[in-house]
Amino acid sequence: MSRPADNRSQFRPDDHPNDHFLLTTVVGSYPKPKWLDRARDLDESGDLDDAAWAEAQDDAARLITGEHERAGLDTVVDGEMRREEMTEFFAARIGGYEFNGPVKVWGHNYFDKPSVVDEVSYEEPWLVDEFAFTSDVATRPVKVPITGPYTLASWSFDEVYDDEAALARDLADLVNTEVEALVDAGARYVQIDEPALATTPDDHALVGECLDRIVAGVSEDVRVGLHVCYGDYSRIYPEVLEFPVDEVDLELCNDDYEQVDVFESPEFTADLALGVVDAHDAGVESVEQIEQNIRQGLRVVPPERLTVSPDCGLKLLPREAAYQKTANLVTAARNVEADLDAGRIDLDAPVPTP
Amino acid sequence: MSERVATTPGLYPLPDRAKEDLADLKGHQKGDLIDGSEGPAITDVYDRARAEAVADQDDAGLDRVVEGQLRWDDLLAHPLVVSDAVETGGIVRYYDNNNFYRDPQIVADLQPTGDVAAELEAATELTDGPLQAVLPGPYTLADLATDEHYGDEAELLAGVADFLAGEAEQLPPHETLFLLDPSLVTSPPGDDIAERLPAAVDRVAGATDADVVLHSYWGAHDETAYAHLMDADVDAFGVDLIHEREDTLYNITEYGTHDDVALGVVDGQNTRVETPETVRERADWFEERVPSQAFDTVYLTANTELFYLPVAPYREKLSALAAAADEEEVAA
Repeated sequence: MSRPADNRSQFRPDDHPNDHFLLTTVVGSYPKPKWLDRARDLDESGDLDDAAWAEAQDDAARLITGEHERAGLDTVVDGEMRREEMTEFFAARIGGYEFNGPVKVWGHNYFDKPSVVDEVSYEEPWLVDEFAFTSDVATRPVKVPITGPYTLASWSFDEVYDDEAALARDLADLVNTEVEALVDAGARYVQIDEPALATTPDDHALVGECLDRIVAGVSEDVRVGLHVCYGDYSRIYPEVLEFPVDEVDLELCNDDYEQVDVFESPEFTADLALGVVDAHDAGVESVEQIEQNIRQGLRVVPPERLTVSPDCGLKLLPREAAYQKTANLVTAARNVEADLDAGRIDLDAPVPTP
Repeated sequence: MSERVATTPGLYPLPDRAKEDLADLKGHQKGDLIDGSEGPAITDVYDRARAEAVADQDDAGLDRVVEGQLRWDDLLAHPLVVSDAVETGGIVRYYDNNNFYRDPQIVADLQPTGDVAAELEAATELTDGPLQAVLPGPYTLADLATDEHYGDEAELLAGVADFLAGEAEQLPPHETLFLLDPSLVTSPPGDDIAERLPAAVDRVAGATDADVVLHSYWGAHDETAYAHLMDADVDAFGVDLIHEREDTLYNITEYGTHDDVALGVVDGQNTRVETPETVRERADWFEERVPSQAFDTVYLTANTELFYLPVAPYREKLSALAAAADEEEVAA
């Protein structure tokens, strides 16, 4: 059962210009400033003291949070400036993990795939400091992306559990502890990232079970999203509607909304966070193009349940392209709201797939 | 008493230094991957990495030495991507893994390139140990390819088998040839193709005087495919004892197997390092459950390619395999 998604109005700015409100957000990651990469290299070679490295990360988080606000987003992220890779970051903070070195993904792209060598445990907050800093420097509400337990389990070597489901369930309990800590610190919008679901869609029931554990005891005032990307969605829909989340965030722009009809029937009962710009193409979509993309989302949900977002994290794009895509996304959302206010969009008229 | 021989299916992880050097020299995009035309700077890094891979095996004491297949950016599709008859398309998922290779699109008659032979030739100078050649099995290579030339599955399989036979004919002397054929398990052939498997495998196996092992993994063979494969003229099947081993045992009890067998007793996709005792117990488990057959040679191997692992556990697993085979010799 989806949670009642009536917790979106808290993100509507007081000075919002239109009657309609399409919540604008980002998936999370964003290109790092080049000087942060240089500082990381210095830190790794022992040529930067801890205080200077911490200050560099603070500066980057402040910079990108501000960049998101200048783009006009209703909810912002720090661009995950403190995270290098979505599994490694969490595995480094969870008890029971160790790292043995890089492994191939493809070509000469590698990641430090961690090994679970003991029962996983919660030892220290993962994201509370990051959230506290970002909320302190932000004037808009902050969204917190968290790599989901199914993906953390799938993208690890399991030396202990001999059962991916058991590992994922244990990790889900740790995510629940972290979400509770974030909520205590003031967080009102968390997003669970489960890209591994798209690669092994038959495991949707396990992902649902993990989400049940993650939201246990979490107030319904807290908005919980799920991000999935780059898969055959017909294999996880309508099952995702059973997940206890307010919002499902989907990459759909990448293949020109070829899969949007998957979600038209049965009725999409959660809020839809629609990817409206491509995260892996440096070409910047025009405002007009993005307006057309948003209209694809209105085929699935009414405006009051539509969130507008990029397809995925933007970290692999040139920074200028990432900014312009984000700014265009916001402008397009505001234009569509104005068109809706003025009755210029007929929600009952069919919108063809591009 | 069977002779236990420690070996691996190849496709090793690059040494960490080579990972960095090659990323710098080649780049990170799909157009930067190996196509057979790399220059001297890149060749030099691979030469040094190959020497390390061979030394890893000699140090561990393996009974067969592979070249390491470190250049195989496109994994088991490698022999195709260095062919002029193949164009590479987008990045596609490699089985059920978080790994990717370029879609090899066959657009003309495949002709052997000698690329794999040249690699093994380079390894010949690095070791005195008996060499083991590694090629994809014909069914797997056809399965990984996109056919834009042969027109139907049967023609494709025959064309790929001819191509692999041409590659095998050029190999320098080797003791053993492993044909890696995981697609037989992950996407079993339909009846029409299953009937053609023995001829395709024989075409490749007949191109070498070495012992030929047809090795499959990620589970057990489909029963029909296994029954047909029994008609193929190979010296051994390689089976995965990490996944679905009871089903594998059923096939073997029901349809028999050859006088030699390769047992995937070390997990190529988990950093947990097996002790030599565990390796030996897994092999014993298998042999005890096939009482109708006394095996001449039992190859002890990793079930899968080893590039999934970081370098340290990969090396430890080579040692575990070698020690397991050695202890057996002592006990005998």
